[in-house]
Amino acid sequence: MSAALHADGLRLRLGGRVVVDAVSLRLQPGQWVALVGPNGAGKSSLLSLLAGLRLAEAGQVTLAGRPLADWPLRERGRQIAWLSQQGEADGEIAAIDVVRLGRLPHQGLFGAPTAADEAAVAAAMAETECTALAGRRLSALSGGERQRVLLARALAVAAPVLLLDEPTTHLDAPHQRALLRGLARAAAGGATVVAVLHDLNLALCADRLLVMAGGRLVADGPPADAAVRDTLVAVFDHALQIVALDQAGTRRWVALPAL
Amino acid sequence: MAAEPVRSEGVAAGVLAVPAPAAASPWRTPAGLAALLAALAVLGLLAGLCAGSEGFSLAWAADADLITAIRAPRSLGALAVGALLGLAGAVAQGLFRNPLADPYLLGSAAGAGLAVVLVLSAGALGGLTVGMATLGWLGRLGLVGAAFVGALTGVSLTLLLAGGAARPMTLLLCGVVVGVLMGALSDLLLLLSPEALRGKQVFLLGTTGFLGWPAVATLAAVLALLLPVALRFGRALDALVLGDASAASLGLNLGAVRLLLVAVMALATGTAVSQAGLVAFVGLLAPHLVRRWVVVTHAALLGLSAAAGGVLLLAADVAARSVIAPQELPVGVLTAVLGGLYLLVLLRRRGDGR
Repeated sequence: MSAALHADGLRLRLGGRVVVDAVSLRLQPGQWVALVGPNGAGKSSLLSLLAGLRLAEAGQVTLAGRPLADWPLRERGRQIAWLSQQGEADGEIAAIDVVRLGRLPHQGLFGAPTAADEAAVAAAMAETECTALAGRRLSALSGGERQRVLLARALAVAAPVLLLDEPTTHLDAPHQRALLRGLARAAAGGATVVAVLHDLNLALCADRLLVMAGGRLVADGPPADAAVRDTLVAVFDHALQIVALDQAGTRRWVALPAL
Repeated sequence: MAAEPVRSEGVAAGVLAVPAPAAASPWRTPAGLAALLAALAVLGLLAGLCAGSEGFSLAWAADADLITAIRAPRSLGALAVGALLGLAGAVAQGLFRNPLADPYLLGSAAGAGLAVVLVLSAGALGGLTVGMATLGWLGRLGLVGAAFVGALTGVSLTLLLAGGAARPMTLLLCGVVVGVLMGALSDLLLLLSPEALRGKQVFLLGTTGFLGWPAVATLAAVLALLLPVALRFGRALDALVLGDASAASLGLNLGAVRLLLVAVMALATGTAVSQAGLVAFVGLLAPHLVRRWVVVTHAALLGLSAAAGGVLLLAADVAARSVIAPQELPVGVLTAVLGGLYLLVLLRRRGDGR
């Protein structure tokens, strides 16, 4: 089944304020997409609409051609893996039990874990290098360790759609690199990946940029698209500049603070 | 992902070996703690059978009547009341994601207490004097039902006042306010109909003194009903650790899960209160002690907290009978003092930025 995620004319109002407005987009498997924009642009709200965790005031999201609201909760849970912004998760259960929660949509609340479940948990923990943290309480982990555990939780779902809200929070450079490679690999393997990213240099590594401002999608395209880059610089009030970096025959884009 | 040295580790193996905590003592595992608590419960029950108004006595043959009529049901009842409160506390702490949540602090115990007093004074108006120890089956069931409704009302009022469970300290504060208000209403009712409710003041302080066999049967039945249900929903409490959005993304129907768990907490609290009055802090203490001892999922936490609550209240009951024998302390006073001190330590530690 194709895990294409389509949004049409989404609008969301929170506390009387329109935070997402007239957003339409088509997300295809095989792409990893970075969602960027200034604070309060509506990135997290849009991501939660795409995950079906909020109900849009107008418009709808379809997954594989079927409106998200029509999916049974557990089935939707198997299709879309979601990572919340850090700070929401806290508790005293062991890291491995946190990661095991990723298998909940497969097992159901009352099901027992299968060998496949445990294998997925082990693979996800190895992927984010948190295997050694397995027995430790979530509350006792550092910010970066916690983020790796929570990422592993999301990866353990093994869903065709990955929606990640600021996955690089608290990660050091090697783990950021590992995450980016993992996202690219997941996309290459046929997954649909969207990550809200604050670090524009990481976002500029994506296949496609979604730029938001004031609740609207103001640019959508690859970083190589000059119009997308210009819009990006503009929504950040020209506080940065984006320069090309040619390296071993490939061109990359780097954001620098404008002085 | 990248850092190559580590990456083959778990994937290749396919199964995950949970690294054992350094120097893990067999007692600091869920099974070890369960065994420990079982042993303590047996010891506590033995002590409970021996503890009379004239100190401890091992002359079981001579005391046989006393033991079967009073000490045995009282001790078993204390165990069951403590277990219900421990369970209610663990459910509340997981559900509201608040380590300080407890039926006593959430207003649900006070709500149950008010309901019990209401039923008793209504009975008095109708010319009935309801004796706690002599209550018939139907009356007892009615009392449990009323206490359940009272507990639900109490916790709902607290949640309403606090605008949900999102802010832990606000929730606690509102719970205390609801508790004080409902407690004041109970006191007022007691004052207005002193004749029918003579001796019930002690009841509201929390006491194991009225627990007879019918009470034990009621408590045990509710415990047998609630414990398996709660344990099955342990995974949902685990998921709530991630926050609401992530829990919902895992396919959980949060509304339904919350409703069910609030009902479990209210029924556990209501039943405990209807049989033994307002016993403070056991629900707070039990899950804390368990979590300090072991790293567990919520299913294990719920079971172990019930066991720990039972052992705690049984120990408090034996102490309440013994410390000023032949006089007796209401056990609720004892748990309030000990639990209050523990809460104080806890708050201080949180204040230190822990």
